[in-house]
Amino acid sequence: MMPFLVLDRLTKHFGSQVAVDNVSLAVEKGEFISLLGPSGCGKTTTLQMIAGFVRPTSGAITLEGRDLLAIKPNRRGLGIVFQSYALFPHMTAAENVAFGLEMQGIEREERHKRVAEALELVGLSALADRYPRKMSGGQQQRVALARALVIRPQILLLDEPLSNLDAKLREDMQIELRQIQRTVGTTTILVTHDQAEAMALSDRIVVMNQGRVEQIGPPHETYERPATPFVANFLGKTNQIEADVAPGGGEVTLGTARWPIPAHYKGRVVLSIRPEKVGFADPGNSALSGTVKTRIFQGNHWLYQVDTANGLITVIRQNSGEKIPAEGEVVGLTWGPSDMGVRPAGGATA
Amino acid sequence: MSSAAAKIDSSRTSLAPYLLSLPAFLLFVSIVLIPIVMTVLLSFHDWGQFKGIEPVFILKNWQEIWSDSYFHEMFARTFRIALAVTVLTALFGAPEAYILNRMRSPWRGIFLLIILGPLLISVVARTLGWALLFGGNSGVVNKALMSLGLISSPIPFMFTETGIIVALTHVLMPYMVLAVWASLQRLDPEIENAAASLGASQFTILRRVVLPQVIPGILSGAIIVFALAASAFATPAIIGGRRLKVAATLAYDEFLNTLNWPLGAAVATLLLVALVLIIVVSNRLVERRYGEMMR
Repeated sequence: MMPFLVLDRLTKHFGSQVAVDNVSLAVEKGEFISLLGPSGCGKTTTLQMIAGFVRPTSGAITLEGRDLLAIKPNRRGLGIVFQSYALFPHMTAAENVAFGLEMQGIEREERHKRVAEALELVGLSALADRYPRKMSGGQQQRVALARALVIRPQILLLDEPLSNLDAKLREDMQIELRQIQRTVGTTTILVTHDQAEAMALSDRIVVMNQGRVEQIGPPHETYERPATPFVANFLGKTNQIEADVAPGGGEVTLGTARWPIPAHYKGRVVLSIRPEKVGFADPGNSALSGTVKTRIFQGNHWLYQVDTANGLITVIRQNSGEKIPAEGEVVGLTWGPSDMGVRPAGGATA
Repeated sequence: MSSAAAKIDSSRTSLAPYLLSLPAFLLFVSIVLIPIVMTVLLSFHDWGQFKGIEPVFILKNWQEIWSDSYFHEMFARTFRIALAVTVLTALFGAPEAYILNRMRSPWRGIFLLIILGPLLISVVARTLGWALLFGGNSGVVNKALMSLGLISSPIPFMFTETGIIVALTHVLMPYMVLAVWASLQRLDPEIENAAASLGASQFTILRRVVLPQVIPGILSGAIIVFALAASAFATPAIIGGRRLKVAATLAYDEFLNTLNWPLGAAVATLLLVALVLIIVVSNRLVERRYGEMMR
């Protein structure tokens, strides 16, 4: 079966600058995809090319096999939620939501019914006659979402929709957004620089950097098995330790411990271990030992920086009642062989 | 004790703003308020060909304006011209501002300069320029059109209302463009994309989304343009001349030619009162209609 939405070698140049470089992506119907990356990575430009506000320099976009680039933005039938919400300030919430239906020439009665349904979906029925300026950021955001969904778009495009909300509200909206998307089942593409948001919401994450796709995969897999150093660093914190492969190959030595690694690595390698995978052990017989330099309490977990012979190692331990090393204490560090990623040293360290 | 100290303190701080604004207030009183009050008082004085101005309180001048159809016609003309100029500046200025707002960096500056151009040129030079283009048989445009056979007699421009309206529209256009431009700049740049994504055509976007949001800008521009057009002096004086008077040129003539200062003062006062009333009322209407949603 043909995928729902296909981006094929999509490229955009602004003058001599390459904003999007050869991006290919196949999206299944009903999927929730996040384009994740730092600012300037080309994620918003990619979204704007799908929306039709930016013309690609080369490449193709097809929706159910139709060439989307041949269709004008106002005929594409996509629902878009903008970062600024871009609500019409001279219209009430209900009028904002009704606008797209009016453009489709939908009968008055049907329109009222669908506007009411959309407002109920986002929990704003009580504020239907209010002007956007009299609403909070979260409420405006819901109106924008209702306005985009009410036209029953084939694809819902979200451009950093939660970035203007405060942290607590953002978390609530994440959950709500995911529930609404599940309810209506609209294929959704979210652009965000917030990795937690991308991981919380998406079926798959597209990590982008400097206009290129670094990795595409489900959140858990992308986090656990980063394909590139950039992804490893961008998604959560990662400890990177340089080590030498033993002369015979197949293992590395760190401190007193030996770690099995795939046989094809030779010379110097970089090991990457997530901070939450590192545990404390007796300093005598573990891979690395070091001194606890700082210890920070962060509510549900403790964050440690341990000074070792191989550099600073970050350790995250759940606040579950186990023994807590003090600052200045000498500790041993340990982890399982499967928690460790390996790549040759000397490559980009991002 | 401490509350007493606080009281003294608060009275001291509450006095400071008044003291600080006193110099500006005195300046305002001496150069704006006093002359206006004197003009109003002057309008109630008597005047005769041989006795000059007599400082008495009579309603003669006001009765003359009230009863003489010459003054009715002249005030009607003044506001007719002002209204036409306002409508024309809005009709041309609002699209001009929209186009200007969409221009890219070097062009925007260049075209802004062109739009502001009329304000940078002396009113006399600018108006005489219009006269050179359209004035009588020898006007450049009239000559060209006649020699092309498009018109048989020159388009009348000098000493016509049309001429005054065209020249005033030209010079007052920047005020409208800048007022509309200011309101366009408050527009969310993504709002047109949002409307397009919902299926609106370019025309619908302009009509349903952009225009309603710049109407407050158009209205505030209209108030400025109307006030300036109704009280304009130099342009009507040069193009309208003696034959076609408006309130400002009439007041001038009464003061400097007839030397009937009280009558001139009455005309000037009436113009001022009428303008203030029109501006306050229309501003009130704008506020009531758009105040809630735009602010």
